[in-house]
Amino acid sequence: MRDPVLEIRGLRVDYGLGDAAVHAVRDVDLTLHRGEVLGLAGESGSGKSTLAYGLTRLLPPPGVVSGGEVIYHPVDGPPVDVLSLSPAQLRAFRWAEASIVFQGAMNSLNPVHKVSTQLLDVIRAHEPRSTAAGRLARARELLKLVGISADRLHSYPHQLSGGMRQRVMIAMALALEPQVVIMDEPTTALDVVMQRQILGQLAELRERLGFAVLFITHDLSLLVEFSDRIAIMYGGRIVEEAPAAELYRRALHPYTDGLLHSFPALRGPRRELTGIPGSPPDLRAMPTGCAFHPRCPRAFTPCDAELPPLGPPGDDDPRRAVACWLHSATAPAPR
Amino acid sequence: MTLSESAAAPVDEVVLEAVGLTKHFPVRKRLRDLFSRTPAVVHAVDDVSFALHRGRVTALVGESGSGKSTVARLLAQIYPRTAGDLRLHGTSTRVRGGRPFRSYVRRVQLILQDPFASLNPVHTVRYHLTRSLRIHGNAGRSAEDLEQALAKLLTRVSLTPPERYLDAFPHELSGGQRQRVAIARALGADPEVLLADEPVSMLDVSIRLGVLNLLQDLKERLNIAILYITHDIASARYFADETIVMYAGRMVEGGDSEIVTQNSAHPYTRLLTASAPDPERITGDGAGAGIDEAAGKDRGQGEPPSLISPPAGCRFHPRCPHAMRRCTADLPPRLTVGDRPGHWTACWLYDPATVAADAPGSAAPDADPAVPPPPALVKREDTATLGEAR
Repeated sequence: MRDPVLEIRGLRVDYGLGDAAVHAVRDVDLTLHRGEVLGLAGESGSGKSTLAYGLTRLLPPPGVVSGGEVIYHPVDGPPVDVLSLSPAQLRAFRWAEASIVFQGAMNSLNPVHKVSTQLLDVIRAHEPRSTAAGRLARARELLKLVGISADRLHSYPHQLSGGMRQRVMIAMALALEPQVVIMDEPTTALDVVMQRQILGQLAELRERLGFAVLFITHDLSLLVEFSDRIAIMYGGRIVEEAPAAELYRRALHPYTDGLLHSFPALRGPRRELTGIPGSPPDLRAMPTGCAFHPRCPRAFTPCDAELPPLGPPGDDDPRRAVACWLHSATAPAPR
Repeated sequence: MTLSESAAAPVDEVVLEAVGLTKHFPVRKRLRDLFSRTPAVVHAVDDVSFALHRGRVTALVGESGSGKSTVARLLAQIYPRTAGDLRLHGTSTRVRGGRPFRSYVRRVQLILQDPFASLNPVHTVRYHLTRSLRIHGNAGRSAEDLEQALAKLLTRVSLTPPERYLDAFPHELSGGQRQRVAIARALGADPEVLLADEPVSMLDVSIRLGVLNLLQDLKERLNIAILYITHDIASARYFADETIVMYAGRMVEGGDSEIVTQNSAHPYTRLLTASAPDPERITGDGAGAGIDEAAGKDRGQGEPPSLISPPAGCRFHPRCPHAMRRCTADLPPRLTVGDRPGHWTACWLYDPATVAADAPGSAAPDADPAVPPPPALVKREDTATLGEAR
């Protein structure tokens, strides 16, 4: 197993303070290894975007990181806790070590500045001693990297198509060769043909540059194809974690199983699709025990009372983890 | 309330038919265009013809900008059409508001994509549904009639018990519940045709299926004709009886959903199916394996053409790896594919005379390698290519 580059331990994120706080992310443990693509899937409100913003300390108020730690392992040097960095250290850490491609990245370019201005700004801020010519050459190189001809460097965002803007955002995220790239629904607004091109390119770039990707999306079928490992979030917690192929072949958590049966398949036999009954939980009034039990077709005695821990399943496959009493190695305490 | 459960009319009867439907949007003139003869227009929809049958779902698949939503709005007569005809039960209709529009809308209802925007946030579910029932004359005579009709509507879209939802405001409901209210509102008119414009693409994956299954159920029980507009070709396969693929304002392929998705004929449809996420494609633990195989090196392209000055001939030819000289000049007609009845495509590759006279791929110097060759072509080449194609 490759060594970790980002370790999240017991991360908790709340919106609001005190008794009124809504717990959006609850005790999440997640490890991103060097050079891997970790997919994070879940429905809206499951806390996946909050997790991404929490671990990069980009969370706007009233979001508060109320506990846990995020350990970043630089290529050389001792590990650092991102959550306790000083503002100056954080400024140096962001973008150079971990960059983020935002949801709806098409609209995150500044419309009144040229692409070149925005791209050069990143490099100038982090490498103040670089020369203007050197920065320009680097910007051209970056655009070429993502498949845009260098003469588009001086275009304004509105002169580029949605797919090209998305590529510019990816180029910008890679500008300082970070170790970690967080992608929050990077292709949701794009058409399938464009989506596949961009993801193909990303896979190629990752091969060459060796960065790790935390890929957040609600499209599980895309993740199965694209990522090495997948973590499924539900109600602010990770409920299952497994290598992508394993997860697809044999989903352990009933929620994962439900998600996988929510996608009509394009090939293969036409199967009856069931979906998941009910609606996502209300974060203000989470069910007791397992958050999924009111919608779970296989809920039994301990589910509504006791929270299942995230651990290896009964058959003890060390690469997998699931939080479900059906597969727990340790039987719940009798009531 | 007259939602008839029993089908009085024969199944498969054509309810609404579009014949050569065309919509051009004028482009704002610049000073230098003042003296030009032909005004610039966006060719949003060109020559679209299809029929909606009672108790059947027809899917319209295409990328954003392909004109599929414009077709829905033309069918709902929100936009006046530029050319072509719209026939409701065989009689040509053109309504421009007022009473005729209302009586048309009573029979043809539109469901929009975003249930967060299509319901008024300051009004309750009861208000939305009552309005629909009253306007279309289904509210009955007394208050009890209305109450019964409301309860029936909500039960029909599986929002039970109705009392729990009747006095709720839209913000108190989840996305899936809101879309169900929007569907109930459309059903309040007791329509014959439902035009569903991306009804599930704003919803969470786990609830999409519930809404699709609801529409399926309505189709079967109420015998409604449904036009399902989507960009997700896999859901068209699952949900629709017939699928039509649009590209840059024109229909390029149509036929039985299973055949169109499994044995796609047009190079564009094949590109679309090859690009759709497919978990079955995982070949190992390596990330992204399988992605590159279909994505190819198609850089900077992959975009539909400008609709103000669309390419001559077939609109897909600038991206098509099999483009022939004829494709750049002549518009391909609808050609029947193979021996499958009802499966047609607008592509010169399926015209043997053209293929014989013109080498496929001859007019595609910078071909889009993402497109796998269509079966018509594969048959003519040796078996080595055949193995590669599938």
